[in-house]
Amino acid sequence: MSPLLDIRELVVRHGPRTAVDHVSFTIDPGETLGLIGPSGCGKSSTAMAVLQLRRPDAGEVWFDGQELTALDERRLRPLRPALQPVFQDPYGSLSPRHKISDAIAEPLRVQGSWDRTTGPARVAELLERVGLDPAHGDRRPHELSGGQCQRAGIARALACEPKLLVLDEPVSALDPSLRAGILNLLAELQERLGLGYLFICHDMALVRHFCDRVAEMREGRLVRTTAVTSPSPPR
Amino acid sequence: MSSELPSMDPLLSVRDLRVSFGAVQAVRGLSFDVHEGEVLAVAGESGAGKSLTARALLGMPPRGATVTGSVRLGSDELVGAPRSARTALWGRRVALVPQDALSALSPVHRVADQLAAAVRSVDRTSRKEARARAVAALEEVGIPADQARAYPHEFSGGMRQRAVIAMAMLHQPDLVVADEPTTAQDPQTRRQMLDLLARRTGATGTALVLVTHDLDTAREHADRLLVMYAGRLVEAGPVEEVFARPRAPYTAGLLASVPGEGLGAVTYGAPPRGRGRPQAAGRFPTAPPAERLAERRRLPAIAGAPPAPTDLPPGCAFAPRCPLADATRCRTEQPEPQTHDGRTVACHRWRELPDDPAELFLESL
Repeated sequence: MSPLLDIRELVVRHGPRTAVDHVSFTIDPGETLGLIGPSGCGKSSTAMAVLQLRRPDAGEVWFDGQELTALDERRLRPLRPALQPVFQDPYGSLSPRHKISDAIAEPLRVQGSWDRTTGPARVAELLERVGLDPAHGDRRPHELSGGQCQRAGIARALACEPKLLVLDEPVSALDPSLRAGILNLLAELQERLGLGYLFICHDMALVRHFCDRVAEMREGRLVRTTAVTSPSPPR
Repeated sequence: MSSELPSMDPLLSVRDLRVSFGAVQAVRGLSFDVHEGEVLAVAGESGAGKSLTARALLGMPPRGATVTGSVRLGSDELVGAPRSARTALWGRRVALVPQDALSALSPVHRVADQLAAAVRSVDRTSRKEARARAVAALEEVGIPADQARAYPHEFSGGMRQRAVIAMAMLHQPDLVVADEPTTAQDPQTRRQMLDLLARRTGATGTALVLVTHDLDTAREHADRLLVMYAGRLVEAGPVEEVFARPRAPYTAGLLASVPGEGLGAVTYGAPPRGRGRPQAAGRFPTAPPAERLAERRRLPAIAGAPPAPTDLPPGCAFAPRCPLADATRCRTEQPEPQTHDGRTVACHRWRELPDDPAELFLESL
């Protein structure tokens, strides 16, 4: 099986600083790679380069058989929906002025795949898939709990029919009683849809539970990668 | 809980504390004691009322809040006391370590000058003496004298937080309240800060109330834990006992939903040395995803979300999310805290909590 994502010798510079220094890794379909490391070690810069939201300064990003850094924005655009982020702050990643259903429909509209007759049903299906009621679609982000909002953010990412989700600390801003529900949802979606996950996290126990492999970064470099052999038991 | 140490009067005694904004009650009848030199963690989710409790303990309720009940610090009653009586305690007997160290410091004054001003606000000393004490206090938290004259923006987040801890400890208060002092930091810095705070308060016998949403923080740094939910006490007791055998379903669910052995925060070693090419890390043995998926477990999870203070359910506030709740008493009657063997729990059905409560929270997806 060829990997879904294959990062080769990735370099990202912020001015004179090298934030990501020759980092290489792969992610298979249905696989979760955990990316850990202290603040400022280059985790988020790596994530931004994978998403091509920040074009890397050197190296290759092979995604689904194509080398993304060689593509100009026009040719990259049709590939973008397959690469979706889920961010840490659930309220910050949704516009406060849009209803949840509009936020989920927006990527469909942007891609030109919005159909007035089937669209609303598609949004309802996405809401249900992430464990929300159709009624939640009529609300705005501040009317939802952090966990519900994060579910809406995941539904929006799923609207693009992605192959890879970049999860940048998707539960660390949530209240503790809501975290496990989101992680269970992500695990379930991965099983059903065969998504690859790049999972950025600070919590080692969580990484051990959730990831197949763990890559550790320090000062821009990948210092160690380990396969997780067995999930840690709940305490 | 007051029966735990009958020979010693508590330093701080809170009884039926209520904090409300208009008709909305955010803290709904909280009682607990804090003894001299003790570290009490107050844990709860957003909206549980923990920060309002912290502010009430210091006699600094936010504007517009009505506080009733009793907060006694030694022989002084803080609830209903005039502002001048409360401000007289600030810095001397109670001190706050706030969440955001950057906004707690003035951006236009040097750090040492701010601490010196805090010295002189309490003790009538000379400027020179105050400056010397400020520099000494900063050295005690690991900020060298030659950096004491820097401005806050020249400090790292960790250094600012240490400066704020030094400021809170200037007059060796009886009680320090730390309101989520480390939320914005990575796990390693967080642990160092809390270690420092616990060490500094421990050295002077200062009691510490640590407000946190993170149970691991409580476990690592506190003697006792008080868990709040929707403005009320859910469970309280010695930290290790609560972790070993929670009595309230809410606490049990929170503990069960955290994977692994707990204390899961990553500890990082020294950064790599030299500038050589890093090891070829892209090609390493891959665990077969199919097998991993088959064996991947679900985490026990608490369903639903905490209620808003404006929309509380009747009866026990946790009942709508509680797998142990019955349809009658739990839904109609608010459980009162009861204390047995030094453990306090507010739950009608705590005796029925099974030995392995995680089973209760395994949701069917």
